[in-house]
Amino acid sequence: MATIAPLAQAVSEVVHDGDTVAFEGFTHLIPFAAGHEVIRQRRRDLTLVRMTPDVIYDQLIGAGCARKLVFSWGGNPGVGSLHRFRDAVGNGWPVPLELEEHSHAGMANRYVAAASGLPFAVLRGYVGTDLPEQTGTIAPITCPFTGEVLTAVPALKLDAAVIHAQRADRKGNVQLWGITGVQKEAVLAATRSLVTVEEIVDELAPRPGAIVLPSWVIDYVAEVPGGAHPSYAHDYSVRDNDFYREWDAISKDRESFGAWLEGFS
Amino acid sequence: MSELASESFHSGYTADEMMTVAASRALRDRAVCFVGIGLPSTAANLARRTHAPDLVLIYESGTIGSKPATLPLSIGDGVLAESADSVISVPEVFNYWLQPGRVDVGFLGAAQLDKFGNINTTVIGSDYRHPKVRLPGAGGAPEIAASCREVVVVVRQTERAFVDRVDFVTSMGFGRGAGDREKLGLTGAGPQLVITDLGVLRPDPRTCELTLTQLHPGVELETALANTGWDLRVADDLARTAPPTDQELVALRELTT
Repeated sequence: MATIAPLAQAVSEVVHDGDTVAFEGFTHLIPFAAGHEVIRQRRRDLTLVRMTPDVIYDQLIGAGCARKLVFSWGGNPGVGSLHRFRDAVGNGWPVPLELEEHSHAGMANRYVAAASGLPFAVLRGYVGTDLPEQTGTIAPITCPFTGEVLTAVPALKLDAAVIHAQRADRKGNVQLWGITGVQKEAVLAATRSLVTVEEIVDELAPRPGAIVLPSWVIDYVAEVPGGAHPSYAHDYSVRDNDFYREWDAISKDRESFGAWLEGFS
Repeated sequence: MSELASESFHSGYTADEMMTVAASRALRDRAVCFVGIGLPSTAANLARRTHAPDLVLIYESGTIGSKPATLPLSIGDGVLAESADSVISVPEVFNYWLQPGRVDVGFLGAAQLDKFGNINTTVIGSDYRHPKVRLPGAGGAPEIAASCREVVVVVRQTERAFVDRVDFVTSMGFGRGAGDREKLGLTGAGPQLVITDLGVLRPDPRTCELTLTQLHPGVELETALANTGWDLRVADDLARTAPPTDQELVALRELTT
């Protein structure tokens, strides 16, 4: 059964120094408030996992929370580069950042394998690319039935998964809809999980296309209205595209980023 | 960005507008199209508003059959989900829809493109661990390039972007030449069309080397050659792109403003 708790307590229970942790959400429902709480609590040496490490990971990386990034696309969607990510990769600032780089198809399948309790996943992927030379977690595998050579990627087991959803009931059952990305898989791939929600309601009314994650696969639920901002929660808020554009200037150099970061001290 | 990219070189429209219009014309009605954000998304939505109203747009965030009224900034804006025929999980997008070859056209951009249509969006520089420029990375592109029936690349043509060999193969075109895709068992036909702000390139049917087959109105051949980092081959029957029609320009500007 999930415990309903304030955000600060839930984050301190779920995300520990040195953890492998995913904050998932494919553009939609990105758990920004939880990420900011991790910065506030000064977590260190995290292996951050995410298909699209966009602004939320630029912030965590710039704040010095991460030692490694497992990812498939690192940019500010529709805007450009992630300057803190680039500074960490290029100059080791504020700390060096190790990379484990995949494609989206590979990452998605790695989550599925972990959620399924399997050691690896099989896909037609990475063929003809230079990624297998740089990434140790991509390997060929021969189909035992047809002899076809395919690609294997290991399960992406997480210490912790953090996601944002539209709502939960008082028992901690969670409901999310719209673009749901790999959030279900991330929660099921993790030892511990935290879901921040827009609101806690008496009853989860059915929604077309909604996913319900039962309370018993979740550890903590925290009510954080607007907790996805500048990302959005379908039917609750719209994506703050202006902030994504502003982030380009905020993150451009260490000084302006430092001024932004002071808000968390 | 090439010098022509944002300024008007011909009465009434920019080089970027010509590129987007040319890219939209490459999409036939009722095709199923896997769309990347940025120029590909603009071109695909322009096609839907002009000659291809039943074009099926798939975005990798998991929206199938999106019909956005305004252009999304990101690959997962709410308008893509609200207007979609179906919204599915990301593993499902790649495993059920892309991998089995259900998608006709993959629409990709590139930071670097080489003469065999290989795409780099990972690093500039020869040392992956210490790159000159760290780019965003692969996203969905490697499998889009492998599994779609054909690939259309939209990219501004500059000497820095159009290189003899890409620094890093993020997404495979024709590898080192004809036959490489078949050897690796790739089912899709690879990059059949490269649309730039200067013209259009297509793979030579024999060698698979990208060849200039079309120049946009007002663009000199010398400009295309100078903005290509390899010894660009030119088709014997080099054609001229028809300029954007009023209808295309109006529809494009409604989308982008």
